[in-house]
Amino acid sequence: MTLEVAIVHQLAGFSLNVTFQAKAGITAIFGRSGSGKTTVINAIAGLLRPDAGRITLDGDILVDSTTFVPPSARNLGYVFQDARLFPHLTVHDNLNFGTRYAPVNASGPKFDDVVDLLGLEALLDRRPAKLSGGEKQRVALGRALLSKPRMLLMDEPLASLDDPRKQDILPYLERLRDGPLQLPILYVSHAVDEVARLADTLVLLRDGSVARAGPIREVMSDPAAVPLLGVREAGAVIEATIMHHAADGLTCLRIDVGELHLPGVEADVGAKVRLRVLAQDVMLSLNTPQGLSALNVLPVVVDRIQRGDGPGAAVSLRAGKDLLLARITARAVAELGLVIGMPCFAVIKATSVAPVSIGR
Amino acid sequence: MIPDTAAWEALRLSLWVSVWATVLAVPLALWVAWLLARHDFWGKSLLSALVHLPLVLPPVVTGYLLLGAFGRNAPLGRALDSLGLGLAFHWSGAVLAAVIMGFPLMVRAMRLAIEAVDPKLEEAAATLGAPGWSVFGRVTLPLIAPGILAGAVMGFAKAMGEFGATITFVANIPGQTQTLPSAIWTALQIPGGEHQASIMVILACVVAISAVVISETLARRVAARIADQ
Repeated sequence: MTLEVAIVHQLAGFSLNVTFQAKAGITAIFGRSGSGKTTVINAIAGLLRPDAGRITLDGDILVDSTTFVPPSARNLGYVFQDARLFPHLTVHDNLNFGTRYAPVNASGPKFDDVVDLLGLEALLDRRPAKLSGGEKQRVALGRALLSKPRMLLMDEPLASLDDPRKQDILPYLERLRDGPLQLPILYVSHAVDEVARLADTLVLLRDGSVARAGPIREVMSDPAAVPLLGVREAGAVIEATIMHHAADGLTCLRIDVGELHLPGVEADVGAKVRLRVLAQDVMLSLNTPQGLSALNVLPVVVDRIQRGDGPGAAVSLRAGKDLLLARITARAVAELGLVIGMPCFAVIKATSVAPVSIGR
Repeated sequence: MIPDTAAWEALRLSLWVSVWATVLAVPLALWVAWLLARHDFWGKSLLSALVHLPLVLPPVVTGYLLLGAFGRNAPLGRALDSLGLGLAFHWSGAVLAAVIMGFPLMVRAMRLAIEAVDPKLEEAAATLGAPGWSVFGRVTLPLIAPGILAGAVMGFAKAMGEFGATITFVANIPGQTQTLPSAIWTALQIPGGEHQASIMVILACVVAISAVVISETLARRVAARIADQ
């Protein structure tokens, strides 16, 4: 599966010029509000015809200068931020709305599978007015899945939900990503934590153009991406394997260059989890630190250094195969004499790392 | 208080004219309401003004204009007459008068209903694979059904009560163009006709109240289906 997007579009006081590719897995489009995310996803869905450019899916032209495939013929599932369930239909009928239009030979989940996957059994006879926000989004997701789409488009599907509801839905999205469906997903978001947890590929939008794009591990640990993600939100994504759970509540995880000890990771021994290590929670030391409360000290090599606009600097670090990102002051960079290729130690406070994804 | 044959005849004609007027006007009003609610085109405000004109013109003037257009001496009227479709002094003329007089009320109710439908729901239906007509039939139509119903009832009631334009256009011929309001008016012109008139007034009230009750019941059912009270 390859989605290729290269479009130009003029909006009131704003011009969009975006080129990127999305392959299998979850591709996240991240940007602040007004960066053009929704315009891009609407152009892919066919709800908006771009002024120029082209969008293809596995070589099939969805739109170019002469062709415009209407949304009803694109066979893409769209999950909107505001669910958009049909108020006059029950959950059952909402779910089945698109099944009759699905291509006859398309593979896709069965009704009962979707109801199971999303836990909708108890809701089937209800109407949308009687559903909570999280329930609505689950129905909207199921409705899109049952139209047997070639790809799923999601426009901030969690933005209107509070935190507990988000935590309800994220596991379902992970099951879609990792489960037997293997459905490619384009996920628009302005929440770094969602993106870090879900995405395989990350496209960063700024003012209507692509500022950075690539595998999530590379983009999240790119010092140049720090201003785009926000200094407090920036941080590397690394994968770790659960080694054992200690009696004092800490979990030991294996990464390429050593072990991490983190509190409260709920996963089975042997499971792979994704960790998001915020750049502001990583300290650097030239020597093996002594007499420090931080448990996690990793040998790393300085990979890149990027000065910020203010007194800060972002330093990317190579820890074996993994990449880390540290945000320290420019003065510290100077005093430590940090240069590219220099070995040093990254110090990570155990309580500052939260596992963002489980079961990969 | 037993209605005589003339009263029953007037009631039968009124119901006949009103049902025809409603059946003919609903699809047309829906189409015009759709144009006004969903489309921008040259002459939109002109169309809107034209549709609403019968609401503000004296009904007699509307009847006079119809007579001018479809009367036996007008070219259009003559052409229709030669085809055997003459409207003047015929019950079908009463239907035309009722359609035109009720049209603004119907369009208004339906336009409000269409404007209340969120186009985002129709977009969602399209992304699920539904082609245009299917989106209309499965999403838009069920959502505007109460508005269509309300418009139809308004139009029917207006047709039942239409007097000025009808009597001017098609006159007051018993059994042919004498609707219930015309018959009431005629009875009141005859000394001692008050008794006859009051019987027909009661008939008119019964029909009007029944129409409202039936439409309310239907509207409640439709609304319940939509909002799940």
